[in-house]
Amino acid sequence: MNDQKSEPEISEDSSSPLGSGMTRQEYWKKNITCVLSLLVVWFVVSYGCGILFVEQMNKISIGGAQFGFWMAQQGSIYVFVVLIFVYVRLMNRLDREFTGTCQNEEKVQTKGEEQS
Amino acid sequence: MDVQTWTYLIVGFTFTLYIGIAIWSKAKSTKEFYVAGGNISPIANGMATAADWMSAASFISMAGLIAFSGYGGSVFLMGWTGGYVLLAFLVAPYLRKYGKFTVPEFIGERFYSKTARLVAVLCLIVVSVTYVIGQMKGVGVAFSRFLETDYNTGLFIGMGIVFFYAVLGGMKGITYTQIAQYVVLIFAYTVPAIFISLELTGNPIPQFGLLGNVSDGTPLLQKLDTVITELGFGQYTNSVMGSKLNMFAYTLSLMIGTAGLPHVIIRFFTVKKVSDARLSAGWALVFIAILYTTAPAVAAMARLKFTKTIQVDKVGEVSGNIEYEKRPEWFKNWEKTGLLKHEDKNGDGRIQYYNDADKSFASVASEYGWKGNEMTKVDKDIMVLANPEIAKLPGWVVALVVAGGLAAALSTAAGLLLAISSSISHDLLKGIFRPEISEKQELNASRIAMVGAILLAGYFGLNPPDFAAGTVAIAFGLAASSIFPVLMMGIFVKRMNREGAIAGMIAGLGVTLLYVFQHKGIMFIPGTSYMGGMEDNWFFGITPNAFGAVGAIVNFVVAFIVSKMAKDPPEEVQNLVEDIRLPQINEN
Repeated sequence: MNDQKSEPEISEDSSSPLGSGMTRQEYWKKNITCVLSLLVVWFVVSYGCGILFVEQMNKISIGGAQFGFWMAQQGSIYVFVVLIFVYVRLMNRLDREFTGTCQNEEKVQTKGEEQS
Repeated sequence: MDVQTWTYLIVGFTFTLYIGIAIWSKAKSTKEFYVAGGNISPIANGMATAADWMSAASFISMAGLIAFSGYGGSVFLMGWTGGYVLLAFLVAPYLRKYGKFTVPEFIGERFYSKTARLVAVLCLIVVSVTYVIGQMKGVGVAFSRFLETDYNTGLFIGMGIVFFYAVLGGMKGITYTQIAQYVVLIFAYTVPAIFISLELTGNPIPQFGLLGNVSDGTPLLQKLDTVITELGFGQYTNSVMGSKLNMFAYTLSLMIGTAGLPHVIIRFFTVKKVSDARLSAGWALVFIAILYTTAPAVAAMARLKFTKTIQVDKVGEVSGNIEYEKRPEWFKNWEKTGLLKHEDKNGDGRIQYYNDADKSFASVASEYGWKGNEMTKVDKDIMVLANPEIAKLPGWVVALVVAGGLAAALSTAAGLLLAISSSISHDLLKGIFRPEISEKQELNASRIAMVGAILLAGYFGLNPPDFAAGTVAIAFGLAASSIFPVLMMGIFVKRMNREGAIAGMIAGLGVTLLYVFQHKGIMFIPGTSYMGGMEDNWFFGITPNAFGAVGAIVNFVVAFIVSKMAKDPPEEVQNLVEDIRLPQINEN
C-alpha cells in the first residue's frame, strides 16, 4: 500500500505509428549525453576556474575582484543554478518526444507490477 | 524597546506560527507522514528543501569560517551548492520515479537484499544523529545567549516545538513549517548584510558590494588584502586550504556527500512527478544560492570591519591600535560569553591583533613593541551573530538574526528527525522485522519513533558526546563514501549486483572511518588516534574532512571488482532499473 499512485500506465490503444520513433535505449542515451555535457560545464566552472586554474583566472578581474576568486565564491553558484534549469528544459523536451512516441508506438512495455 | 524585548517578541511570534502550522497540517496517513501526501508544488518543496538543508552551521558558522580562511573557504560555497547539480541530474528524478518512501527502501529493493537495506539504515542513522546533535546545540546556545535562559531550558523549548509539529504532522507538518522557516531565516540573513554592504561599499546588494570599492576608492577585496597582510596574516584572496589537491577532494566530498544525504533526498519524494523533482532541485538551489552568495560578502566585510575595529589607524604607530578602555559595546558583550578574549601582553592598554605565528613578521612586530597577538580568542561563530551589533543596527535586526538562527537549526533538525524515524518505522519495523503490521499501526509506530528520535537528539544535546565535534567529517564522509556511490550504481549500472554493492559500501565506509579515526581518535575519543608515527594528513595531504571523495572511489572500485565475481541481478531487478530510468507517461 506504499506506492504513490501518480503515474497511470501508458494507454495500450495506440494504433497509427508516427514518424520520429524513439526507443527506450535512445531515450536513455540522450539523457546520458545531456547530463554528461552539462556536468562538463559544472566541472569547468567550479573545479576548473575555481581551483585548478585559479591563478590563471585571477589574471582577469571582474569589478574589484579577481576572476578566479570570484568564480570560486560566487560565479560557480550562479552557473549551477542556470545549469539545473537548462537541464529541466532539455529533459522536459526529451520526455515529450519520448512519450509522444510511446503513445503512438507502444515502444515501452507497461511498467512492472511491482509498483502495486 | 531593547534587544531583549524584541527578541522575545520576534522569536515568540515565529514559534507561535510554527505551532499554528502544526495544528493545521496533521498527518492522517503514512503517505502524508512520510512524503507529505506527495503533492507539494516544486517551488514550495524547493523552499522547504532550502530550509531543510541550511542548518545552524550554514547560517551561523559558514560566513565566519570563510572570513578567517578567505579563498580556501570557497570549498564550502562550491561544495554545498554544487551538490545540488548532482542531486538534480543523478539522484532526485530517478528516486522520485521509484516512488516510495525512504532511501534504504530503494537500496534494499534495488539490491534485493535486506542486508543492504540494514547497512543503509545504519549509515543513515549515524549520519543523521551526528548532524542533529549540532542543531540541538545550536538551539540551546542561541537561547542561552540572547534570551538569558540557561542552555538546558533553551534546548527543552526547542525540543518541544519540534516535537509538536514533527510528531503531529510528520513530513506534511515539517514541509509547511520549513517554508515559514525559510522566509524567516533568509530575511534575517540578508537584512544585516544589506546594511553592512551599504555602509562599507555604498551598494545595497551584498553580492555586488563584494566587487565594489570602499570609501577611499580601492576595491573592497584589495583593501582587505592590504589590511590583513600588514598584520602578518596571509592574503585573503589567495590563501589555499591545505593544498590544491586537498581543496579539490574537499569540494568533491561535500558535493557528493550532499547528493547522498538521505534527509535531503526524501524531500524530493514529496512532489507529484519526476519532472517536478528536477524543477524542485532547481528552485531549492535558487533559494539556497540567495544565502550562499550573500555569505562570502558578509565574510569579507565582517573580516575587514572586525580588523579595522582593533587596528583603527596606521600599523606600527601607537595610536594605530585601539585603547582597550575604548572598545565598542559589542566587543564587551562578546567578551562576557568567552568567545572573544583579550590579554594585554605588552601592558600598553591597547589591543594588538596580528598573526604572531608568522616568523617573518615577528621581527617587525617586536620593533613595534608588540609582544604577541593579544586577541587570544576570536571564535569564528560570532561573525554572523555580532554583525548587526558591529554595524550598529537597531534592536529588532539583532532579534531577527536570533530568530533566523533558530529557524535554521529547527528546520534542519526536523528534516533529520523525519529521516531517522521513517527509517526506523518503515525500513526496520515494516520492512524487515514486522512486515504484517497495518498502515495505522505503522503510522503510530512512526510517531513513536519520532518521539524516540527527538528524545535521543535532546539527550545528546544535553550531554554532547565527543564525536559531536567531528560532525562534518563523519556526516559528509559517510554519505559521500557509502550512500552516494551505492545510489549511483543502483541507477546507472544495471548489472551491479547485491554482492558488489554491499562490499563496496563496507569498503568505502571502512576506509573513510579508518582515516578519520586515525586522525581524530576512535569515535573521536581523544588519545585513541592510532598510527601516531605517521605525519599529519599523510595521504597526499588530504585532510580527514576531505576524505569522503577517496572513500567513494574505493567504494566504486571494490564494487566493480566484486560484482564481476558474482551473478547478475535477477530479471525483475533489471526491469526495475529500466523502469526508473524512463519518464512518467501521461503525467497529469
